[in-house]
Amino acid sequence: MSQEASHYYVPAPSPWPITGAIALLFMGFGAAFSVNRLPLGYGLLATGFAILVYMMFGWFGTVAGESESGKFNKQVDKSFRWGMSWFIFSEVMFFGAFFGALYYMRLHSIPDLADLDNKILWPDFTADWPTAGPGIQEKFMPMGPWGLPALNTLILLTSGVTVTWAHWALKLNKRGQLKLGLFLTFALGFLFVGLQAYEYSHAYSEMNLKLSTGAYGASFFMLTGFHGFHVTLGSIMLFVIWCRVLKGHFSPENHFGFEGVAWYWHFVDVVWLGLFIFVYWLI
Amino acid sequence: MAAIPDHDVVHGADHAHDHHLTGLMRWLTTTNHKDIGTLYLWFSFIMFLTGGVMALTIRAELFQPGLQIVNPEFFNQLTTMHGLIMVFGAIMPAFVGFANWQIPMMIGAPDMAFARMNNWSFWLLPPAALLLITSFFAPGGAAAGGWTFYPPLSVQMGIGMDMMIFAIHILGASSIMGSINIITTILNMRAPGMTLMKMPMFVWTWLITAYLLVLVMPVLAGVVTMLLTDRNFGTNFFNAAGGGDPVLFQHVFWFFGHPEVYIMILPSFGIVSEVIPTFSRKPLFGYSSMVYATASIAILSCIVWAHHMFTAGMPAVGQLFFMYGTMLIAVPTGVKVFNWTATMWRGSMTFETPMLFSIGFIFLFVIGGFSGVVCAIVPIDVQVQDTYYVIAHFHYVLVSGSLFAIFAGAYYWLPKWTGHMYDETLGKWHFWLSMFFFNLTFFVQHFLGLAGMPRRIPDYALQFADFNMISSIGAFGFGTTQLLFLYVVLKCICGGAKAPQRPWEGAKTLEWTLPSPAPYHTFETPPLVK
Repeated sequence: MSQEASHYYVPAPSPWPITGAIALLFMGFGAAFSVNRLPLGYGLLATGFAILVYMMFGWFGTVAGESESGKFNKQVDKSFRWGMSWFIFSEVMFFGAFFGALYYMRLHSIPDLADLDNKILWPDFTADWPTAGPGIQEKFMPMGPWGLPALNTLILLTSGVTVTWAHWALKLNKRGQLKLGLFLTFALGFLFVGLQAYEYSHAYSEMNLKLSTGAYGASFFMLTGFHGFHVTLGSIMLFVIWCRVLKGHFSPENHFGFEGVAWYWHFVDVVWLGLFIFVYWLI
Repeated sequence: MAAIPDHDVVHGADHAHDHHLTGLMRWLTTTNHKDIGTLYLWFSFIMFLTGGVMALTIRAELFQPGLQIVNPEFFNQLTTMHGLIMVFGAIMPAFVGFANWQIPMMIGAPDMAFARMNNWSFWLLPPAALLLITSFFAPGGAAAGGWTFYPPLSVQMGIGMDMMIFAIHILGASSIMGSINIITTILNMRAPGMTLMKMPMFVWTWLITAYLLVLVMPVLAGVVTMLLTDRNFGTNFFNAAGGGDPVLFQHVFWFFGHPEVYIMILPSFGIVSEVIPTFSRKPLFGYSSMVYATASIAILSCIVWAHHMFTAGMPAVGQLFFMYGTMLIAVPTGVKVFNWTATMWRGSMTFETPMLFSIGFIFLFVIGGFSGVVCAIVPIDVQVQDTYYVIAHFHYVLVSGSLFAIFAGAYYWLPKWTGHMYDETLGKWHFWLSMFFFNLTFFVQHFLGLAGMPRRIPDYALQFADFNMISSIGAFGFGTTQLLFLYVVLKCICGGAKAPQRPWEGAKTLEWTLPSPAPYHTFETPPLVK
């Protein structure tokens, strides 16, 4: 932050990547054992996760320290920007796979199951959405858009405003407004996740809407679930950035850590709008 | 059209701090692109031998009709794991190894953009490989649904399938981080004066490959996640009774899978595009058309995936679209082949081992390309789907394509990496033996396929016996020949004639302005490229 480094910063050997690899080794075996209800599964998974969290503390702490001590020059900053952009692009493609599955089922496989070819097998099935498919007879209620999902939309959109408000403050060096804006943003994020959890429990207990509720249940829970997971991650990231702000990190000129998280937050926001339209609204 | 540096001055300052950790910790914690490149290449070779042993077990079983050596369940596990290990463990990491070693040196950068993440990308591979290989010892054995693990088969299998799914998640994370690193390095760390259109062709092909990886690896992660939840958490993505469709899996899988095919061949185009100009002592013919052809192939590769699914049921208009789209890829690929040939035309050619492998690559890859066009034609594909014709086709593009280019690149850059010349005589033996045994193995498989022998079957009808025996003999010859490669590489590392800074006088790219072996840190001050 103080002076511009003249060379591209190439870090010294680091213990963190190999720690992360060991974490994923534990988590990979732990997850495979857990889903098969084998002994040791959860233990391995938890151990791996603990190592992963430890690794993240260490690694991100190191990077934050390097940033604050002015080791990164403009070129390194640009690398971070490219890296984060491409990472978000990969996330878009990940969600694309699930949106693609939703469209495929709604536009292709369900009409196909209801057409003449399949009348012998399932004579009464009609191509309505939402559906649990021709072979699942349990009744369920679909999740409508107006109510909690609309409120959640408002919450996320507001959080997009507050994070921008915080960013303005950072650029004008108004630290108070920055702290408040960031606090509001991650508080709204956690509120969103809390409401989403309430929606899930309501779906399971009152609406008989489950992960196993055919095409609708699978696409509803997997899409909103991965989104909720990303909101949780984003909120934690915002919280970490807030802690760094409290410690006096970031300057009006040099704050890519903040910006990267803000980009991620907006990405999560946009995915939600897609979910609100295609998962909640157009049913 | 490769960038020519304004001076051949060796950056002497770079020698000053070659010190680094020693022993195991060096390799575990390294942030050096050359160390990580070496790790990738050795890992890849170990996986190549592992997958190779599986292939040889398959060929031993198929040596004659009847069941002799392995039981059918284990046979299916072998074909599945052979495919996965060769694709994700051998070919892809080998190319990333080349990218790590060469891209920073070819664009005049001090290292990769994210040096620590680079280490993580590599060290995620061994855990994934461990998940795949140990699944053989799990109850029910390893995944046995073929490397494409179509449901409903893959929904039914045991823990081996779950281990494979998580291995793919880890491999995907590794690939995405690796490719983001490569893209950022190329876009942000080129030496002053090296515009995009002055980059060496190898760097261009990797830029486009890395873009494809970021595009499709998350989709693979998505589809294996759906498979995981269908298997363990009650979702119905691939179950028609729940409104899903097993064919949905095929669509999403091949949306990944077809670009993946080009991920495994574009870097080899890049290697061949470096080697052929060097040994023809002429600049690459049609540099910019090569760049555009590579980009066209990448774009087209994203819209042709359903040609893998012609027999799964598809409207005629869909079949036509995917058929013509696929055949269209032959155009930019043809541009490349003509450019390589035109580069050699009237060049003062010599035939060192890298050049032999590159020319072998052109010959055999063209055969594989043509059989690809044959497979693209719907009425023919309906006949040859799931036969040995398809096996022959993709081994011509993957073994005599990707793998031969990897060998070409290894021989080409070994002097730069080790500081020694490899044994030219043994290298040539490696090429000619590989060439002979490869064709012995796979050429006859075209006939087997056209005659109707199905793939992934441990036993076969008697009329296929002769060709299978020939193929198995070829496979064992080919496998044994690769030990010769190992010997040549080890010999080259341990000693041999001292390699000069530029052992190939036709080589024009930046890495040849560095001493051999390349110092631990290079281009900390970027060179100026005119």
